Formats: sequence, C-alpha cells, structure tokens
Amino acid sequence: MRTPPVNATDTASPIRATGSHRLSQLDVLESEAIHIIREVVAEFERPVLLFSGGKDSVVVLHLAAKAFWPGRVPFPLLHVDTGHNFPEVIAFRDATVERLGLRLEVARVQDYIDDGRLHERADGTRNPLQTLPLLDAIAAGRHDAVFGGARRDEDKARAKERILSLRDEFGQWDPRNQRPELWNLYNGRHTVGQHVRAFPISNWTELNVWRYIEREQIALPPLYYAHDREVYRRDGMWRSVGPVSMPRATETVENRTVRYRTVGDMSCTGAVESDAASVDAVVREVALSTITERGATRADDRISEAAMEDRKKDGYF
Amino acid sequence: MTQALIDSQAPTHSQAPSPAQADLSAAETLAGGTLFRFATAGSVDDGKSTLVGRLLHDSKAVLADQLDAVTRTSTERGFGGAAGGIDFALLTDGLRAEREQGITIDVAYRYFATNRRSFILADCPGHVQYTRNMVTGATTADAVIMLIDARKGVLEQTRRHLSVVRLLRVPHIIVAVNKIDLLGYDEAAYTEIADAVRTVTGELGLGAVHVIPVSALAGDNVVNASPRTPWYTGPSLLELLETLPVVDEVESALEAFRLPVQLVLRPQGAVAVPAADAPAFRDYRAYAGQVTSGTVRVGDAVTVLPGGAGTVVTGIDFAGTELTEAFAPQSIALRLRDDLDIARGAVIGAAGTLPDPTKELTAALFWLDPRPLTPGDRALVKFGANTVQAIVTAVTGRLNLDTLEQETAASLDINDIGHVTVRLAAALPVETFASSRRSGAFLVIHPQDGATLAAGIVTAAGIAVAAGVPA
Repeated sequence: MRTPPVNATDTASPIRATGSHRLSQLDVLESEAIHIIREVVAEFERPVLLFSGGKDSVVVLHLAAKAFWPGRVPFPLLHVDTGHNFPEVIAFRDATVERLGLRLEVARVQDYIDDGRLHERADGTRNPLQTLPLLDAIAAGRHDAVFGGARRDEDKARAKERILSLRDEFGQWDPRNQRPELWNLYNGRHTVGQHVRAFPISNWTELNVWRYIEREQIALPPLYYAHDREVYRRDGMWRSVGPVSMPRATETVENRTVRYRTVGDMSCTGAVESDAASVDAVVREVALSTITERGATRADDRISEAAMEDRKKDGYF
Repeated sequence: MTQALIDSQAPTHSQAPSPAQADLSAAETLAGGTLFRFATAGSVDDGKSTLVGRLLHDSKAVLADQLDAVTRTSTERGFGGAAGGIDFALLTDGLRAEREQGITIDVAYRYFATNRRSFILADCPGHVQYTRNMVTGATTADAVIMLIDARKGVLEQTRRHLSVVRLLRVPHIIVAVNKIDLLGYDEAAYTEIADAVRTVTGELGLGAVHVIPVSALAGDNVVNASPRTPWYTGPSLLELLETLPVVDEVESALEAFRLPVQLVLRPQGAVAVPAADAPAFRDYRAYAGQVTSGTVRVGDAVTVLPGGAGTVVTGIDFAGTELTEAFAPQSIALRLRDDLDIARGAVIGAAGTLPDPTKELTAALFWLDPRPLTPGDRALVKFGANTVQAIVTAVTGRLNLDTLEQETAASLDINDIGHVTVRLAAALPVETFASSRRSGAFLVIHPQDGATLAAGIVTAAGIAVAAGVPA
C-alpha cells in the first residue's frame, strides 16, 4: 500500500546508533523544511511554488510532495521564463509537472519585450528582467505566499533573509526592517497587497542539496551531469554555444566535458569542466570544490558585491 | 603557523586554491554528520566579526572566490596598513549599507562543516538592537559564543547578554576572551577575567560555562590549540563546538510526547499514489506536524486537546514510509484509532501528560518593537500551530539589566525584558518554558499590521498571581 512520493526510495533514516544523535543533518533539515511548507499551506490562502526545473526548486517540490503524502501537492507552480532557458531544462520542467499532475503557470519575459513593457539590456542578460513578470504573475494569481528554493549559503544578501520574508506591494525586500524569526514559530501575517516569500531550504548548503538528491534519488535535468558540449571561454567560465550566447570572433569554440552547477539564463550561466557524470561523483566534486556555485557560474552576480541585494530589493526572488 | 595566513601580503588563493581545504574524509563523514546551531554575541569592537571570519577561514569554509573578493576589497580600503591582510568582517557583512558603514545590521547565517559536524552559525550584531538580534539568534541555538575584549574584561553588557541567554535557556554558553595577544598571552590576566566571568555566571545561576582565551586576529585557540598559551589546556573553540552535545535532542527525548497539529491530511481521492493503490487511501486521515518533544510509538495511548479525548496511535507516516516510532524534531503524520474532531491548532500528547487548558498565563516578554507595550493592549499570540487573540492584562515588572533586579514598570519599550500577565481568547494547554523550551515559547504579533512584537516565554500557567511573579 505504501508508495513513495516523487522519486523517493527509503527516505527516513531515523534510527542511528551513534549516541544520542538519532537524526542525521539531512533528516533534521528535511523535517524543518516540511514543517515550513505545511505551515505556509495552513496559514495562507493561495501559495505558489517558483519552479524552474533547477535543482533547488526540484528539491523543494520533492519536499512538498513528502509533506502532503499521500495527497497531491496542494498548490500550483510558477515559472518566470526568460526565454533564454536551456531547452533540456524546460523539457524536464514540463515532464515533471505532467508526472505529478500539477498546474504550471508560466510568465514569459519575451512577451514583455515583444510588447515593449521591458527592454533588452545591453549585456544581453535577462535575469534582472524577471522581476516585473514575476510580480505581475503574483498579482494576477492573487498569490499571498510564494515558495522559492533560495538558500542562504548562495549569497551574502541571501544570508540575511528570513525564511518567511515579507514583501510589500512592490515586491520589495526591506533588509533593515525584517521581522525577528524566533524558535520554529513562523509569523505569516500580512496585510492587503503584501505577500510573503517562503524559503524552506534556507538552511541547506549546496552539498546538502546534492546529498539529498543522492539519498532520495531525485531526477534532475541532464545538464547537471558531465556531458560533451561546444563551449568557449568568457569571463573565466565555459559558455555554451547557443542562439543567445554566440562566441565573439576572438573566442574559440572547443568541445569539452562540462556540467552545470546552476541552470539559469543561458546568456549568463556558465558551465564548469567536470567528469562528474553521476550523482555520487557530483557529491564528491561539490564537497571538494573551492569555488562557490554562483562564483563559478553566474556572470551577473559578478557585476558587483551587491548585485543580488539590489535585485532582491526590487522584488526579485 | 596561523599567523602566516593573516599576514599574507598577497593572496595566493587564486593561484593555489589549497585543495586540502576540504579533504575527502570530511566530505565522506558529512553524509551522516549531525547539525549543530550556534550564535555569536558580543559588544561593539570586541572583534566578533573577526572571530567569525577567522573560524570560517581557518576551518576552510571560505572558498577561493569569496576570499578573492574580500581580499580585493580589503586592499582597496587599505586594511592592515603596510602589512596588508584581510578584513574578516567583510566575509559576514552582507548588505551594502553594512559594508559601506562598516557595521553589522542584521543576523546573518553562515554554514560550514568539519569532518565531525556541520554548523549553522547565526552571527548576531552586538550594538544596534542587541536584544532583538540576540533573541533571534539564541532561540534556535544549541550554543552561544559570548565575546569579551580581554583588555576590558567583564562589562555591564556582558552581564546583560548572559542574562538574556539564561532566560532563553540556551544549552551551552562559551565565553571567548578575545584579544589575548594584546595582553601578551599573560596567564594571570586571563585567569582574572575568567574568574570574573564565573562570578557573574554564578550570580545568574548559569551552569557550566566554557571560558577560552583566544585571539581572533592571530588565530590563537580558534581552530587549533595555541603554543602561545601553554597554560591553557582546554579545547580550542572549534573543538568545543565539535564535541558539545546537541542538548535539544537529549532534552526533548526526556520530555513527554507533543505534536501540535499543523494540518489534517485527508486527500479524499486527490491522491499522489499510483491508481492501483488509490482505493487504500480513500479514507486516509492523518494529523501532520513536527514533534516538539518526546517520542511516540505505534500503539501509544495519546490525549488530544481541545476536548481531552483519549485514543491510540495506529500509524506513523513519513511520506510513504511507515515508522514504528518518531521523535523531535521529525515532521510526521499520525494516524489515530478514533475519528475525532481534530483540526489545526489541536495538540496531541502522551496520555495524561497534557496540562489543563487555561486562558490565563504569566510570561516574560522580550519586547522587540519600537511601539511600547502598555497594559490593556491587544495582540495575537502564536503557540505552536495556534494563533489566538490576547490581552495583556498587566505589566508586572521589568528586568533591570544592569542590576539584574526586577523593577516596577508601567510599560515595556523596545529591548526591555518584562513580566506580564496575559488573558487568551481561547483556552490553550500552555506549558512553562522551564518545563519545555519548545512548548513554552510563543510570539506576540500586532493584530493589524502583523509585526512580530515580542518573543514570549511562559513563566506560569493558570490563574495569574498578582504578586510574586518569578524572575
């Protein structure tokens, strides 16, 4: 009668014979995240989960499936599509939604560019352009809570954000006026026009995420594992040859074995050279890495020390 | 040896990203490693950011690109003068205003791991709104590291911080006597400070407190035992953090089982299981929540409040896995033998252990909002999965953090720790914070704008006593 959620196998490992420490850190982080997800669903009217098909949002979806088992995940998914996403990731996104029988809302940056509400940036990156379609989609869906897969170890500004983060009607984060977050008691109160961003895996590190993907046998887009790809070197990263990321005349295209540590906008996401073709190989690689995932793969976050903070203040994830 | 790291004229990290940084044995051990949460607290200029930076740096938790960025900024600002060096505070000050003003505004969370444990560090700024920040960091901490400047010794603020930590029942307290290098690593000077610390902690009724002589700047006794303090034979700061027991788990194992019901899982056909299995779940009903204390086993007799009905646990589900027992802090779903009227806000506890519900309680409040509290104020209070209306019927006193004595007060202002009596709109099975750090804690929330006004801990449940409120 018992059937696992998403792709889970033997999930709980509650009994460990090492003294009093009966729960591993993954068990503790998992229960914390499930508690947060259930709390948000219980206290809010119309939650939505930001789902890009990237590993962090896949993990949050997996946790949500576990939180409500044997019922379905009781909220829809929302993806802000920059139009520059990797086709493999979009395919994975759609297959996942289909398999779980969920509803996916897609807000397209391209639509905004086509009708002139947004303009393409000179540097070609569309990450900062996601904010307006995101806020419009939240308003249109009347979503009062928005789950995200952000982690505090990703960035110095994120390290300061609460698990439940209040946003005003402009979606803005006010880092100097955050609610204190006490014990495991989350305060989801908000007024008309405000909404709350909820980050259930705030306390997870990149390595925790990969360990969990390994333990739970969670499927990911193939880009996360080593594969051969036509790439060229720019800003110290391997960039994929594609319609929105063409090499300049001075840049040489080569075939390399690479993988992606993050799978964002193709125009600003770089690959790393890697032989890690399986999840355990990736876990080893991440454990030994000497560079953070954003430092290795995100051109836009290298613009300034406060790139993420500035985007968040404007309503970004 | 550690000296070389901080004095390095030019960063060598980009060329040689010291792969020894995370040896594989560490990574392997991490699979089942435990999680330890700690907070740092201290006064202005006692070197807390430097200590945190040092801890992260020397435990190899700072990766090459982060170090490059910090080194670059340090150099731009001329940190360290002719000697060069790294401003470790830049590692933790995440906001633009913090870096520009050289201050820390808000609690920042940091993550690092050694081959024994993974750590979550809540870095709490000491100068602005210190109570607010300390309370935030301390409520989830297994340990608090209190910094003292060795040149200044125990200050009034040290006493204040320690009394906050005592009231919040933080399991472990570590006092790091920093800048020991500036005292020439003098044993007598250190012993004097350590004795003064123990006098204060004795007055406060704190149990075992760990005192360590450190130099965050030079790295003494932070990660490795320092040869410059041969008279100190105790563990380094990191060794201590790696070996202190996770009291929360031990403590909650001794307490009675409690499960605040977050929501009822009742899919009624909307199941996520394969079609062939769906009929088995047609009448599925389970009560989802996170165990706050104790252990529950299949077959256990339990009581449900409100109502007080008794029943028996027939199943413990964890997302498709049936467990025979569950304990804090697991998030589970309980199936019960009887069909009872149980909704969000109900509490399921080991039979006969739940207190009688009450509408009256006395509490200590850590007031965190700029708007003062006056008797008669209405608010919402959140206990577990219960949010109810409440009236603060009286402010019975305020803790004078300088004298640590109770004094009379007509209202509470931001950063005050006060004693109040509260009347609830609905009776709840309130427990004292002294008996359970999880069940005895609550939030005070503004009824209109939803701001978190205070952290509350229950000092007594039942009919409020006008006088003689425990300190």
